[in-house]
Amino acid sequence: MTADGKPILVIGGGIAGMTAAIEAAEAGCRVILVEKEASLGGRVARMNLYFPKLCPPSCGLEINFRRIRNNPRIEVLTLARVEHLAGGPGDYDVTVRIAPRYVTSACTLCGDCARACPAERSDEFNFGLSKTKAAYLPHAMAFPALYVIDRAACPDGCAACREACRYQAVDLEQREEVRRYRVAAVVAATGWAPYDAARIDNLGYGRFPNVITNVIMERLAAPNGPTGGKILRPSDGKPPASVVFVQCAGSRDENHLPYCSAVCCAASLKQAAYVRSLYPESKVVIFYIDIRTPGRLEDFYRRVAADGGIELIKGKAAKIDQDPATGDLLVTAEDVLHGRITTVRAGLVVLATGIVPNSAGLPPGFVRDEFGFAMNSSGAAGLYAAGCVHRPEEVSASVQEATGAALKAFQCVARSTGHA
Amino acid sequence: MPEKIGVYICSGCGIGEALDVAGLAKLARGEFKAAAVEIHPCLCGADGVALIRRDLAAEPPRADKLVIAACSPRAKTDAFAFDRRTVVERVNLREHVAWSQPPGEDDTQRMAEDYLRMGIVKAQKSAAPEPAAEAVSRKILVVGGGIAGISAALEAAGAGYDVLLVEKEPQLGGFLATVKRRFPGEPPYTELASDGLKGKIEQVLYHPRIRVWTSAKIVKTSGQPGQFDVTLETPSGAAGDRVGAIILATGWKPYDATRLAHLGYGLSRDVVTNVELERMAAAGPIRRPSDGKPVGEALFVQCAGSRDPDHLPYCSSVCCLATLKQAHYIREGNPEAKVFIVYKDLRTPGQYERFYRAAQDDPLTFLTKGEVSAVVRRADGKLGVTVTGTPLGADLVVNVDLVVLAAGMVPNSADGPAIRELKDNQLKVLQSDSAAQRAEAARRVEELKRHEGTEILNLDYRQGPDLPVLEHGFPDSHFICFPYETRRTGIYAAGAVRAPMDGARAEQDALGAAMKAIQAVEMAARGEAVHPRAGDLTYPSFFLQRCTQCKRCTEECSFGALNEDAKGTPQFNVFRCRRCGICLGACPERIINFPNYSVDMIASMIKAIEVPDEFEEKPRILVFLCENDAYPALDIAGWNRRRYSPFVRVIPLRCLGSLNIVWIADALSRGIDGVLLVGCKFGDNYQCHFVTGSELANRRLSNVKETLERLRLEPERLRLEQLAIDEYDRLPELIDRFAARVGELGPNPYKGF
Repeated sequence: MTADGKPILVIGGGIAGMTAAIEAAEAGCRVILVEKEASLGGRVARMNLYFPKLCPPSCGLEINFRRIRNNPRIEVLTLARVEHLAGGPGDYDVTVRIAPRYVTSACTLCGDCARACPAERSDEFNFGLSKTKAAYLPHAMAFPALYVIDRAACPDGCAACREACRYQAVDLEQREEVRRYRVAAVVAATGWAPYDAARIDNLGYGRFPNVITNVIMERLAAPNGPTGGKILRPSDGKPPASVVFVQCAGSRDENHLPYCSAVCCAASLKQAAYVRSLYPESKVVIFYIDIRTPGRLEDFYRRVAADGGIELIKGKAAKIDQDPATGDLLVTAEDVLHGRITTVRAGLVVLATGIVPNSAGLPPGFVRDEFGFAMNSSGAAGLYAAGCVHRPEEVSASVQEATGAALKAFQCVARSTGHA
Repeated sequence: MPEKIGVYICSGCGIGEALDVAGLAKLARGEFKAAAVEIHPCLCGADGVALIRRDLAAEPPRADKLVIAACSPRAKTDAFAFDRRTVVERVNLREHVAWSQPPGEDDTQRMAEDYLRMGIVKAQKSAAPEPAAEAVSRKILVVGGGIAGISAALEAAGAGYDVLLVEKEPQLGGFLATVKRRFPGEPPYTELASDGLKGKIEQVLYHPRIRVWTSAKIVKTSGQPGQFDVTLETPSGAAGDRVGAIILATGWKPYDATRLAHLGYGLSRDVVTNVELERMAAAGPIRRPSDGKPVGEALFVQCAGSRDPDHLPYCSSVCCLATLKQAHYIREGNPEAKVFIVYKDLRTPGQYERFYRAAQDDPLTFLTKGEVSAVVRRADGKLGVTVTGTPLGADLVVNVDLVVLAAGMVPNSADGPAIRELKDNQLKVLQSDSAAQRAEAARRVEELKRHEGTEILNLDYRQGPDLPVLEHGFPDSHFICFPYETRRTGIYAAGAVRAPMDGARAEQDALGAAMKAIQAVEMAARGEAVHPRAGDLTYPSFFLQRCTQCKRCTEECSFGALNEDAKGTPQFNVFRCRRCGICLGACPERIINFPNYSVDMIASMIKAIEVPDEFEEKPRILVFLCENDAYPALDIAGWNRRRYSPFVRVIPLRCLGSLNIVWIADALSRGIDGVLLVGCKFGDNYQCHFVTGSELANRRLSNVKETLERLRLEPERLRLEQLAIDEYDRLPELIDRFAARVGELGPNPYKGF
């Protein structure tokens, strides 16, 4: 019914954006999916396992990539940003700026460019914890399956990759491209960023190497991460004997994020399970205000909490000090239920940093609340936000919302073609 | 016209260095008399693709079926996308041979030769799909007229789809119609919202695309997506309609408070549930039910039934907010009133935290973690509540006018398979000849009788009249990435029946369910399968003349695609089918086949493997891989240039559940020394996209192993491994370990027979 209408625009190729694009396209819409990075998958591609099933995100991503590959109605633009948006429901004029990849669709994934490349760059897929060549594939399951060249990391005048490529897929002269589209509706799924933990002075992030965030913890636990799935201390590369999780690191705090980020409790329980299964002798302590595991996640909470090696202490961590001799950390917190101040020694501290919406990526017309979350109720018809740019939420809720946003966009197409 | 197979061999990406591609071309010409054989240094490039297109377009065509021996079928899909009438078979010479085996070796070449033979045979046995083209209804049936159902109806209608909305009560609105105010949904997230429901109800009632039936229930739903025939019982008699998809939005009911006597329910009229309090608040000022006096002190007991293994093990998600809202009612009604809230954890996710914060700032609202251990009636007419486990240490006793139990949510669902089992057992009690069977059936009837009369959709499905439930009675998805996935195609749950959620979430949830319902009818209209094989045009055919009515296919289908006639012959419903092939694997008569995926095809691929005679001491190992997870994992192992045994031959399966055990017999009788199956994890946290596929394969394998022992073959020659897609480093290890074990066992004694 909608195949004859204008396409819809989806901004963001993480799990929410990808879902919105696929669900709308399978219903018959044409879709332009715009992603700023070189491959789809966003934050979930960087996670080790999902709670509560402890299953790898790549399993669902692979199915979604296949759905995109098999669906001629979806056009994927990577390294792309929406620059301009004007118009109204049923007819928006959008400008997309596409940065050069320096590798064309002739790339076969053979990897000769990376082998020939003499230069290295910080690997943003691993949040800078490792390096790739300047000619690189973002990760093993990257989609689109094309290498990228980071020209900023290339030595002057170097063309080793171009010379190595037998398929003329390297184009070092590639220019930025600007494309214009007319679309019926826009779904913004620009996602989230972790709250900058360095702003929480008392928790020592940025000062003490063994204080990390929950986002980094996912990479440390991931088999394709910088440590090959071994959770090791940044200071000395050793397995931690004990790990302390600090909940609400920024969230539920009037000085930082006044709202609850909704996912950090289940995320920390999951990460506690990583630690315990990798290092059965280890000890885990979780400092929390309230454990928030709604619905069936309660089963997961009960299962993880039953592990004798995990202790949950109600109380907010007040400060973290470092033992300079060992790199260990001393976490001081109020133990609310016992009415005392307690100090716990930890080999590694994980800050459960909260969710900050990527509202900078929202085009004009989207209305934001004071925290930057997009508000669908007051925005223009034809503009919908889904996923963590709309509210802090876990993967399944993001997908649920994105499916609904796909319908709102679908309605715009149907209305503009006279089907509704 | 005899078919012409074109074989196109790529020598790029290291294939040419690892393999004698000219030898492969010779094999295609010699052994298979391929009509066209070409070698190209970069087949996926413009030149290479043009070569193939030229052969297809030639008059007469040089080739009408394509075998592309190049990279993985997961790679370069755009380049090798041809007309869907053209059979295209991809032979994975790159990831599975050139990148994982030492170049130039004889064993490497033999592996490639076998893969080419298998690919050509597969193409020979493949036919282009003939999509199912049947008239479909695009009307959407919404069951339940609460906030989720109303929203689903309006949103589907707003997309241009006709809607049939069925509500069992005389009026629309459901639970939300009974509430005084709703949770804050707008900045600053501290003010309660007015309901907004009346407007929506009016929109539904006057919408030209929505037909509403109230005081109605569904007596029968038969058919399949695009073609569901629904029979209703309405106040004006029986009514029927044809719909394309169904949204189940039947909502929830409060947990039975009579089971909460330990928290004082039933002790006094002044112990009420949160639902009762909401009705009191909506009706007027809140007063003490026993004597109508003002409420000076009220105490809320959180998790009354929820988060309690003896009652509801899950968290009902909304009770913390409901309590904060109701505390607000009480405080608003009487500025002197004190409110105590006793909780396990206060759960106000997202911006609801702001509302919680406002309650914390209220000097007369007292929140404490703790457990209520006793509620007693006092002589002064008040209720004495003892709270233990508080941060203060000692037990706390509070005397209040009103105790409110934050009772949890129970889904208004029906467990289809359980109802089916109940009915089967009821029949056995009456009809079975064996007393022991009758007794066992009676015991099951007793266990299952709570499901009696719970039917909602009354599906005319062999596997039961309603959606299967997941846990705790919720017909929720098991898949984190696919929250609307259900085991009955075209039927989607939305709102509090799917998972505990508040009204705002339910409204949102209904949108997504409406999208899935629309998608289901549109995909049926195009003859396409829905997720996870979205867009697949193939479907199985059943050669029923040879059916023995064993019912394995009808029982094992995870999606209830098959009904049975009175004799037990399967009746296939193409639009319920997910095209996984579990039925194909189940059938002992081998009569269930897809045009491009059949028992004979895989058997022929197995026969195409050249098995060296035993004197060469080179075993052959067949590996069946789940194509959704294990196969991509082996691709990535190849990309990482991980080596593994050159003696394996991989056959991808649509799902491991499509494994037909005849293939194992074929392999062993051909002299293949071992068979390894690699599929998704099963058990409680199963990862199989088709729910039970890998588990079924495991069960079938156990049965074969018994046969093997009778044939004096070591059961270790067969093995099933569970693997997640990200375990691509482990897969070569698994293969090598199995190959080593097979090596120890020595040659298959049937080799050469």
